[in-house]
Amino acid sequence: MKKVYGSASEALDGLLQDGMLIAAGGFGLCGIPELLLDAIKDSGVKDLTFASNNAGVDDFGIGILLQTKQVKKMISSYVGENAEFMRQYLSGELELEFNPQGTLAERMRAGGAGIPGFYTKTGVGTVIAEGKDHKDFNGETFIMEEGIFADLAIVKAWKADETGNLVFRKTARNFNAPAATCGKVCVVEVEEIVPTGSLDPDSIHLPGIYVHRIIQGEHEKRIEQRTVRKREEA
Amino acid sequence: MPWDRNQMAARAAQELQDGWYVNLGIGIPTLVSNYIPEGVEVTLQSENGMLGMGPFPYEGEEDADLINAGKQTITELPQTAYFDSAQSFAMIRGGKIAMAILGAMEVAENGDLANWMIPGKLVKGMGGAMDLVAGVGRVVVVMDHANKHGQSKVLKECTLPLTGKAVVDRIITNLGVMDVVEGGLKIVELADGVTEQELRDLTEATIVG
Repeated sequence: MKKVYGSASEALDGLLQDGMLIAAGGFGLCGIPELLLDAIKDSGVKDLTFASNNAGVDDFGIGILLQTKQVKKMISSYVGENAEFMRQYLSGELELEFNPQGTLAERMRAGGAGIPGFYTKTGVGTVIAEGKDHKDFNGETFIMEEGIFADLAIVKAWKADETGNLVFRKTARNFNAPAATCGKVCVVEVEEIVPTGSLDPDSIHLPGIYVHRIIQGEHEKRIEQRTVRKREEA
Repeated sequence: MPWDRNQMAARAAQELQDGWYVNLGIGIPTLVSNYIPEGVEVTLQSENGMLGMGPFPYEGEEDADLINAGKQTITELPQTAYFDSAQSFAMIRGGKIAMAILGAMEVAENGDLANWMIPGKLVKGMGGAMDLVAGVGRVVVVMDHANKHGQSKVLKECTLPLTGKAVVDRIITNLGVMDVVEGGLKIVELADGVTEQELRDLTEATIVG
Protein backbone atom coordinates (compact mmCIF):
# COMPACT_ATOMS: atom_id res chain seq x y z
CA MET A 1 0.00 0.00 0.00
CA LYS A 2 1.38 3.35 -1.03
CA LYS A 3 1.70 5.92 1.78
CA VAL A 4 3.48 8.69 -0.12
CA TYR A 5 1.25 11.44 -1.53
CA GLY A 6 2.07 14.33 -3.86
CA SER A 7 0.75 17.24 -1.80
CA ALA A 8 -0.83 18.13 1.52
CA SER A 9 -4.31 18.50 -0.03
CA GLU A 10 -4.01 15.10 -1.76
CA ALA A 11 -2.89 13.51 1.49
CA LEU A 12 -5.93 14.93 3.31
CA ASP A 13 -8.38 13.99 0.55
CA GLY A 14 -11.40 12.17 1.99
CA LEU A 15 -10.23 12.58 5.60
CA LEU A 16 -11.70 15.95 6.54
CA GLN A 17 -15.16 16.44 8.02
CA ASP A 18 -16.85 19.35 9.76
CA GLY A 19 -16.83 18.96 13.55
CA MET A 20 -13.96 16.48 13.69
CA LEU A 21 -11.30 16.18 16.41
CA ILE A 22 -7.75 16.68 15.15
CA ALA A 23 -4.62 16.01 17.23
CA ALA A 24 -1.75 18.20 16.06
CA GLY A 25 1.95 18.00 16.91
CA GLY A 26 4.23 20.90 17.72
CA PHE A 27 5.31 23.04 20.67
CA GLY A 28 4.90 26.75 20.06
CA LEU A 29 5.88 27.07 16.40
CA CYS A 30 8.51 24.32 16.70
CA GLY A 31 7.71 21.17 14.76
CA ILE A 32 4.20 22.19 13.70
CA PRO A 33 2.60 20.55 10.63
CA GLU A 34 2.51 23.85 8.76
CA LEU A 35 1.79 22.41 5.29
CA LEU A 36 -1.14 20.30 6.48
CA LEU A 37 -2.58 23.26 8.43
CA ASP A 38 -2.44 25.33 5.22
CA ALA A 39 -4.26 22.58 3.33
CA ILE A 40 -6.91 22.29 6.06
CA LYS A 41 -7.45 26.03 5.78
CA ASP A 42 -7.85 25.77 1.99
CA SER A 43 -10.32 22.88 2.35
CA GLY A 44 -12.77 25.11 4.21
CA VAL A 45 -13.65 22.37 6.72
CA LYS A 46 -15.08 23.93 9.88
CA ASP A 47 -16.19 23.48 13.53
CA LEU A 48 -12.91 21.73 14.22
CA THR A 49 -11.65 20.75 17.66
CA PHE A 50 -7.88 20.73 17.96
CA ALA A 51 -5.94 18.90 20.64
CA SER A 52 -2.70 20.85 20.37
CA ASN A 53 -0.38 22.18 23.06
CA ASN A 54 -0.58 25.71 21.61
CA ALA A 55 -2.70 27.62 19.11
CA GLY A 56 0.04 29.14 16.98
CA VAL A 57 0.41 32.88 16.42
CA ASP A 58 -1.97 35.11 14.48
CA ASP A 59 -0.51 34.37 11.04
CA PHE A 60 1.17 30.98 11.50
CA GLY A 61 0.25 27.55 12.81
CA ILE A 62 -3.29 26.93 14.02
CA GLY A 63 -3.64 30.73 14.15
CA ILE A 64 -4.39 30.75 10.41
CA LEU A 65 -7.47 28.56 11.03
CA LEU A 66 -8.63 30.92 13.77
CA GLN A 67 -8.51 33.82 11.30
CA THR A 68 -10.92 31.92 9.03
CA LYS A 69 -13.07 30.80 12.01
CA GLN A 70 -12.67 27.11 11.20
CA VAL A 71 -11.93 26.18 14.82
CA LYS A 72 -14.70 25.60 17.35
CA LYS A 73 -12.64 24.39 20.29
CA MET A 74 -9.04 24.13 21.46
CA ILE A 75 -7.65 21.59 23.95
CA SER A 76 -4.33 23.20 24.93
CA SER A 77 -1.99 23.95 27.81
CA TYR A 78 -0.86 27.43 26.75
CA VAL A 79 -2.44 29.87 24.34
CA GLY A 80 -0.53 33.13 24.81
CA GLU A 81 0.99 35.00 21.85
CA ASN A 82 -2.22 34.95 19.83
CA ALA A 83 -4.42 38.09 19.77
CA GLU A 84 -7.14 36.63 17.52
CA PHE A 85 -7.42 33.61 19.80
CA MET A 86 -8.02 35.87 22.81
CA ARG A 87 -10.56 37.97 20.92
CA GLN A 88 -12.60 34.91 19.87
CA TYR A 89 -12.29 33.31 23.30
CA LEU A 90 -13.36 36.40 25.23
CA SER A 91 -16.30 36.97 22.85
CA GLY A 92 -17.46 33.39 23.36
CA GLU A 93 -16.91 32.30 19.74
CA LEU A 94 -14.21 29.81 20.67
CA GLU A 95 -14.28 27.10 23.34
CA LEU A 96 -11.15 26.40 25.32
CA GLU A 97 -10.31 23.39 27.46
CA PHE A 98 -7.08 23.90 29.37
CA ASN A 99 -5.11 20.73 30.00
CA PRO A 100 -1.84 20.67 31.94
CA GLN A 101 0.88 20.04 29.39
CA GLY A 102 1.86 16.62 30.70
CA THR A 103 -1.76 15.58 31.04
CA LEU A 104 -2.37 16.55 27.41
CA ALA A 105 0.68 14.58 26.25
CA GLU A 106 -0.34 11.55 28.31
CA ARG A 107 -3.96 11.77 27.10
CA MET A 108 -2.62 11.48 23.54
CA ARG A 109 -0.22 8.69 24.43
CA ALA A 110 -2.97 6.84 26.29
CA GLY A 111 -5.42 7.22 23.39
CA GLY A 112 -2.83 5.83 21.00
CA ALA A 113 -2.14 2.94 23.37
CA GLY A 114 -5.83 2.03 23.74
CA ILE A 115 -6.03 3.30 27.31
CA PRO A 116 -9.33 5.13 27.90
CA GLY A 117 -8.33 6.73 31.19
CA PHE A 118 -5.48 7.06 33.66
CA TYR A 119 -4.88 8.57 37.10
CA THR A 120 -2.51 11.46 37.71
CA LYS A 121 -1.55 13.71 40.61
CA THR A 122 -1.34 16.67 38.26
CA GLY A 123 -4.07 19.19 39.00
CA VAL A 124 -5.34 17.66 42.25
CA GLY A 125 -6.82 20.47 44.38
CA THR A 126 -7.07 22.86 41.40
CA VAL A 127 -9.86 23.83 38.98
CA ILE A 128 -8.57 21.10 36.66
CA ALA A 129 -9.80 18.46 39.12
CA GLU A 130 -13.36 19.76 39.33
CA GLY A 131 -15.91 17.16 38.25
CA LYS A 132 -13.26 14.47 37.75
CA ASP A 133 -13.12 11.08 39.42
CA HIS A 134 -10.79 11.12 42.46
CA LYS A 135 -9.14 7.97 43.75
CA ASP A 136 -6.55 7.29 46.44
CA PHE A 137 -3.54 5.06 45.82
CA ASN A 138 -1.08 4.40 48.67
CA GLY A 139 -2.47 7.31 50.67
CA GLU A 140 -2.24 9.87 47.88
CA THR A 141 -5.09 11.33 45.85
CA PHE A 142 -5.15 11.17 42.06
CA ILE A 143 -7.63 12.33 39.42
CA MET A 144 -8.75 10.44 36.36
CA GLU A 145 -8.00 11.88 32.93
CA GLU A 146 -9.26 10.38 29.69
CA GLY A 147 -7.29 9.25 26.67
CA ILE A 148 -7.72 11.26 23.48
CA PHE A 149 -8.99 9.32 20.49
CA ALA A 150 -8.71 11.74 17.58
CA ASP A 151 -10.36 11.39 14.18
CA LEU A 152 -7.17 12.60 12.55
CA ALA A 153 -3.59 13.27 13.61
CA ILE A 154 -1.43 15.77 11.74
CA VAL A 155 2.27 15.64 12.44
CA LYS A 156 5.61 17.06 11.31
CA ALA A 157 8.76 14.92 11.27
CA TRP A 158 12.23 15.43 9.86
CA LYS A 159 12.54 12.31 7.74
CA ALA A 160 10.32 9.41 6.76
CA ASP A 161 10.96 6.34 4.72
CA GLU A 162 8.33 5.17 2.23
CA THR A 163 6.74 2.89 4.84
CA GLY A 164 6.23 5.76 7.28
CA ASN A 165 9.02 5.09 9.75
CA LEU A 166 9.80 8.50 11.21
CA VAL A 167 12.81 10.37 12.53
CA PHE A 168 12.32 13.68 14.30
CA ARG A 169 14.94 16.37 14.83
CA LYS A 170 15.94 17.90 18.20
CA THR A 171 13.09 19.51 20.19
CA ALA A 172 10.78 19.43 17.15
CA ARG A 173 9.77 15.94 18.28
CA ASN A 174 7.68 17.26 21.22
CA PHE A 175 3.96 16.47 20.80
CA ASN A 176 4.40 15.00 17.32
CA ALA A 177 5.04 11.45 18.49
CA PRO A 178 2.13 11.17 20.97
CA ALA A 179 -0.23 13.05 18.61
CA ALA A 180 0.62 10.70 15.75
CA THR A 181 -0.37 7.66 17.77
CA CYS A 182 -3.79 8.90 18.90
CA GLY A 183 -5.34 9.53 15.48
CA LYS A 184 -7.55 7.03 13.67
CA VAL A 185 -5.63 8.23 10.64
CA CYS A 186 -2.25 9.94 10.83
CA VAL A 187 -0.91 12.20 8.09
CA VAL A 188 2.73 13.26 8.33
CA GLU A 189 4.68 15.99 6.57
CA VAL A 190 8.45 15.68 6.43
CA GLU A 191 11.41 17.58 5.09
CA GLU A 192 12.71 14.50 3.28
CA ILE A 193 11.31 11.13 2.26
CA VAL A 194 14.16 8.66 1.98
CA PRO A 195 14.15 5.21 0.34
CA THR A 196 12.97 2.37 2.56
CA GLY A 197 16.04 0.69 4.02
CA SER A 198 18.11 3.83 4.32
CA LEU A 199 17.06 4.64 7.91
CA ASP A 200 18.83 2.74 10.68
CA PRO A 201 16.11 0.49 12.20
CA ASP A 202 17.60 1.11 15.65
CA SER A 203 17.25 4.87 15.23
CA ILE A 204 13.60 5.15 14.23
CA HIS A 205 11.65 7.38 16.65
CA LEU A 206 8.16 6.35 15.56
CA PRO A 207 7.45 3.15 13.63
CA GLY A 208 5.43 3.38 10.44
CA ILE A 209 2.53 1.39 11.87
CA TYR A 210 1.20 4.70 13.22
CA VAL A 211 1.60 6.54 9.91
CA HIS A 212 -0.91 6.30 7.05
CA ARG A 213 -0.03 9.09 4.63
CA ILE A 214 3.19 11.05 4.07
CA ILE A 215 4.12 14.14 2.14
CA GLN A 216 7.42 15.89 1.61
CA GLY A 217 7.64 19.68 1.37
CA GLU A 218 9.43 22.93 2.04
CA HIS A 219 8.99 24.26 5.59
CA GLU A 220 9.26 27.83 6.78
CA LYS A 221 10.14 26.70 10.35
CA ARG A 222 9.56 30.09 11.93
CA ILE A 223 11.42 31.00 15.16
CA GLU A 224 9.20 32.46 17.88
CA GLN A 225 11.83 33.87 20.29
CA ARG A 226 15.21 34.42 18.68
CA THR A 227 17.68 34.55 21.58
CA VAL A 228 21.45 34.66 21.01
CA ARG A 229 24.64 35.31 22.95
CA LYS A 230 27.61 37.43 21.96
CA ARG A 231 30.81 35.79 20.81
CA GLU A 232 33.54 36.33 23.37
CA GLU A 233 36.34 38.55 22.11
CA ALA A 234 39.49 36.62 21.32
CA MET B 1 19.44 45.53 51.55
CA PRO B 2 16.99 43.00 50.13
CA TRP B 3 18.38 40.68 47.44
CA ASP B 4 18.01 41.72 43.81
CA ARG B 5 16.97 39.31 41.04
CA ASN B 6 20.49 38.04 40.50
CA GLN B 7 21.15 37.58 44.22
CA MET B 8 17.90 35.62 44.55
CA ALA B 9 18.96 33.44 41.62
CA ALA B 10 22.40 32.95 43.17
CA ARG B 11 20.79 31.93 46.47
CA ALA B 12 18.48 29.52 44.66
CA ALA B 13 21.51 27.99 42.92
CA GLN B 14 22.78 26.96 46.37
CA GLU B 15 19.85 24.52 46.46
CA LEU B 16 21.36 22.47 43.62
CA GLN B 17 23.13 19.23 44.39
CA ASP B 18 25.70 17.39 42.33
CA GLY B 19 24.16 14.93 39.89
CA TRP B 20 20.67 16.34 40.01
CA TYR B 21 18.31 16.69 37.06
CA VAL B 22 16.50 20.01 37.46
CA ASN B 23 13.79 22.03 35.74
CA LEU B 24 14.04 25.83 35.85
CA GLY B 25 11.00 27.99 35.19
CA ILE B 26 10.80 31.24 33.26
CA GLY B 27 12.03 34.56 34.76
CA ILE B 28 14.34 34.66 37.79
CA PRO B 29 14.58 30.81 37.86
CA THR B 30 16.20 30.91 34.40
CA LEU B 31 18.99 33.08 35.89
CA VAL B 32 19.84 30.27 38.34
CA SER B 33 21.85 28.55 35.60
CA ASN B 34 24.34 31.46 35.74
CA TYR B 35 25.21 30.67 39.39
CA ILE B 36 25.61 26.89 39.51
CA PRO B 37 28.28 26.34 42.20
CA GLU B 38 31.76 25.10 41.30
CA GLY B 39 31.97 21.31 41.41
CA VAL B 40 28.21 20.83 41.15
CA GLU B 41 27.04 19.20 37.95
CA VAL B 42 23.36 19.50 37.19
CA THR B 43 21.47 18.59 34.04
CA LEU B 44 18.74 21.00 33.04
CA GLN B 45 15.50 19.60 31.70
CA SER B 46 13.36 21.53 29.25
CA GLU B 47 9.86 20.07 29.35
CA ASN B 48 9.33 20.40 25.61
CA GLY B 49 11.62 17.39 25.28
CA MET B 50 15.26 17.81 26.20
CA LEU B 51 17.76 16.97 28.92
CA GLY B 52 21.07 18.82 28.89
CA MET B 53 20.05 22.31 27.90
CA GLY B 54 22.90 24.49 26.67
CA PRO B 55 23.25 28.29 26.45
CA PHE B 56 21.74 30.58 23.80
CA PRO B 57 23.32 30.09 20.35
CA TYR B 58 25.75 32.51 18.75
CA GLU B 59 24.09 34.83 16.28
CA GLY B 60 23.59 33.05 12.98
CA GLU B 61 23.56 29.61 14.62
CA GLU B 62 19.92 29.64 15.76
CA ASP B 63 18.03 26.45 14.92
CA ALA B 64 14.23 26.55 14.67
CA ASP B 65 14.15 22.90 15.79
CA LEU B 66 16.01 23.64 19.03
CA ILE B 67 14.11 25.70 21.59
CA ASN B 68 13.43 25.68 25.33
CA ALA B 69 10.06 25.68 27.08
CA GLY B 70 10.01 29.48 26.85
CA LYS B 71 10.29 29.05 23.04
CA GLN B 72 13.74 30.66 23.06
CA THR B 73 16.46 29.35 20.75
CA ILE B 74 19.08 27.38 22.71
CA THR B 75 21.93 24.91 22.07
CA GLU B 76 22.72 21.33 22.96
CA LEU B 77 25.56 19.93 25.09
CA PRO B 78 27.61 16.73 24.73
CA GLN B 79 25.24 14.92 27.16
CA THR B 80 22.02 16.19 25.56
CA ALA B 81 19.15 13.78 24.93
CA TYR B 82 15.90 14.54 23.11
CA PHE B 83 12.53 12.86 23.64
CA ASP B 84 8.84 13.47 23.05
CA SER B 85 6.42 15.37 25.31
CA ALA B 86 4.83 12.20 26.72
CA GLN B 87 8.22 10.88 27.85
CA SER B 88 9.21 14.32 29.11
CA PHE B 89 6.24 14.43 31.45
CA ALA B 90 6.60 10.77 32.31
CA MET B 91 9.99 11.61 33.86
CA ILE B 92 8.45 14.64 35.60
CA ARG B 93 5.38 12.77 36.87
CA GLY B 94 7.53 9.78 37.71
CA GLY B 95 9.60 11.81 40.18
CA LYS B 96 12.86 11.54 38.21
CA ILE B 97 13.41 15.32 38.23
CA ALA B 98 14.96 16.14 41.61
CA MET B 99 13.84 19.75 41.81
CA ALA B 100 11.90 22.47 40.05
CA ILE B 101 12.65 26.14 40.69
CA LEU B 102 9.80 28.36 39.64
CA GLY B 103 8.21 31.76 40.07
CA ALA B 104 4.91 32.44 41.81
CA MET B 105 2.16 35.00 42.21
CA GLU B 106 1.21 33.68 45.68
CA VAL B 107 2.38 30.98 48.09
CA ALA B 108 0.47 29.89 51.20
CA GLU B 109 1.80 28.63 54.51
CA ASN B 110 0.65 25.07 53.74
CA GLY B 111 2.65 25.03 50.49
CA ASP B 112 -0.21 25.90 48.14
CA LEU B 113 1.07 27.61 45.00
CA ALA B 114 -0.70 29.98 42.61
CA ASN B 115 1.21 31.03 39.51
CA TRP B 116 -0.91 30.51 36.42
CA MET B 117 -4.08 32.57 36.39
CA ILE B 118 -5.63 35.84 37.55
CA PRO B 119 -9.42 35.67 37.14
CA GLY B 120 -10.76 38.43 34.91
CA LYS B 121 -7.37 38.96 33.29
CA LEU B 122 -5.99 37.39 30.16
CA VAL B 123 -5.54 33.68 30.77
CA LYS B 124 -2.69 32.10 28.87
CA GLY B 125 -2.64 28.66 30.44
CA MET B 126 -0.72 26.62 32.93
CA GLY B 127 1.67 25.02 30.46
CA GLY B 128 3.66 22.38 32.34
CA ALA B 129 3.56 24.05 35.77
CA MET B 130 0.84 21.83 37.29
CA ASP B 131 2.64 18.68 36.17
CA LEU B 132 5.97 19.92 37.51
CA VAL B 133 4.78 20.87 40.98
CA ALA B 134 2.83 17.62 41.31
CA GLY B 135 5.66 15.42 40.10
CA VAL B 136 9.16 16.62 40.96
CA GLY B 137 10.98 15.72 44.15
CA ARG B 138 11.33 19.22 45.54
CA VAL B 139 9.63 22.52 44.63
CA VAL B 140 11.47 25.77 45.32
CA VAL B 141 9.69 29.07 44.65
CA VAL B 142 11.68 32.20 43.84
CA MET B 143 9.71 35.44 43.91
CA ASP B 144 9.47 38.93 45.38
CA HIS B 145 8.13 38.88 48.92
CA ALA B 146 5.46 41.50 48.13
CA ASN B 147 3.62 42.58 45.00
CA LYS B 148 4.04 45.98 43.41
CA HIS B 149 1.38 47.41 45.76
CA GLY B 150 3.46 46.31 48.75
CA GLN B 151 1.08 43.49 49.69
CA SER B 152 2.50 40.18 50.91
CA LYS B 153 2.65 37.29 48.42
CA VAL B 154 3.41 34.91 51.31
CA LEU B 155 -0.10 34.24 52.58
CA LYS B 156 -2.16 32.21 55.01
CA GLU B 157 -4.24 31.07 52.05
CA CYS B 158 -3.87 31.73 48.33
CA THR B 159 -6.56 33.97 46.83
CA LEU B 160 -5.79 33.03 43.20
CA PRO B 161 -6.62 29.72 41.50
CA LEU B 162 -4.06 27.11 42.53
CA THR B 163 -1.37 25.52 40.43
CA GLY B 164 -0.84 22.87 43.08
CA LYS B 165 -2.01 22.05 46.59
CA ALA B 166 0.61 21.73 49.36
CA VAL B 167 3.44 21.37 46.85
CA VAL B 168 6.02 24.03 47.83
CA ASP B 169 8.99 22.98 49.97
CA ARG B 170 11.04 26.20 50.14
CA ILE B 171 10.43 29.88 49.32
CA ILE B 172 13.27 32.22 48.37
CA THR B 173 12.30 35.89 48.23
CA ASN B 174 14.16 39.18 48.15
CA LEU B 175 13.97 39.18 51.98
CA GLY B 176 15.15 35.68 52.75
CA VAL B 177 14.53 31.94 52.73
CA MET B 178 11.57 30.13 54.34
CA ASP B 179 10.61 26.47 54.57
CA VAL B 180 7.08 25.10 54.60
CA VAL B 181 6.81 23.12 57.85
CA GLU B 182 4.08 21.79 60.12
CA GLY B 183 1.90 24.73 61.19
CA GLY B 184 3.37 27.38 58.91
CA LEU B 185 6.64 28.75 57.59
CA LYS B 186 10.03 28.58 59.25
CA ILE B 187 12.62 31.28 58.58
CA VAL B 188 15.80 29.62 57.31
CA GLU B 189 17.84 32.65 56.38
CA LEU B 190 17.55 36.43 56.05
CA ALA B 191 18.91 38.44 53.14
CA ASP B 192 21.93 40.54 54.08
CA GLY B 193 20.81 43.56 56.08
CA VAL B 194 17.16 42.44 56.34
CA THR B 195 15.90 42.04 59.90
CA GLU B 196 13.60 39.28 61.04
CA GLN B 197 11.02 41.93 61.95
CA GLU B 198 11.11 43.35 58.40
CA LEU B 199 10.46 39.90 56.98
CA ARG B 200 7.68 39.21 59.49
CA ASP B 201 6.04 42.58 58.73
CA LEU B 202 5.77 41.68 55.03
CA THR B 203 4.61 38.11 55.66
CA GLU B 204 0.91 37.36 56.10
CA ALA B 205 1.55 33.64 56.61
CA THR B 206 2.07 32.16 60.07
CA ILE B 207 5.73 32.01 60.99
CA VAL B 208 6.62 29.22 63.39
CA GLY B 209 9.73 28.49 65.41
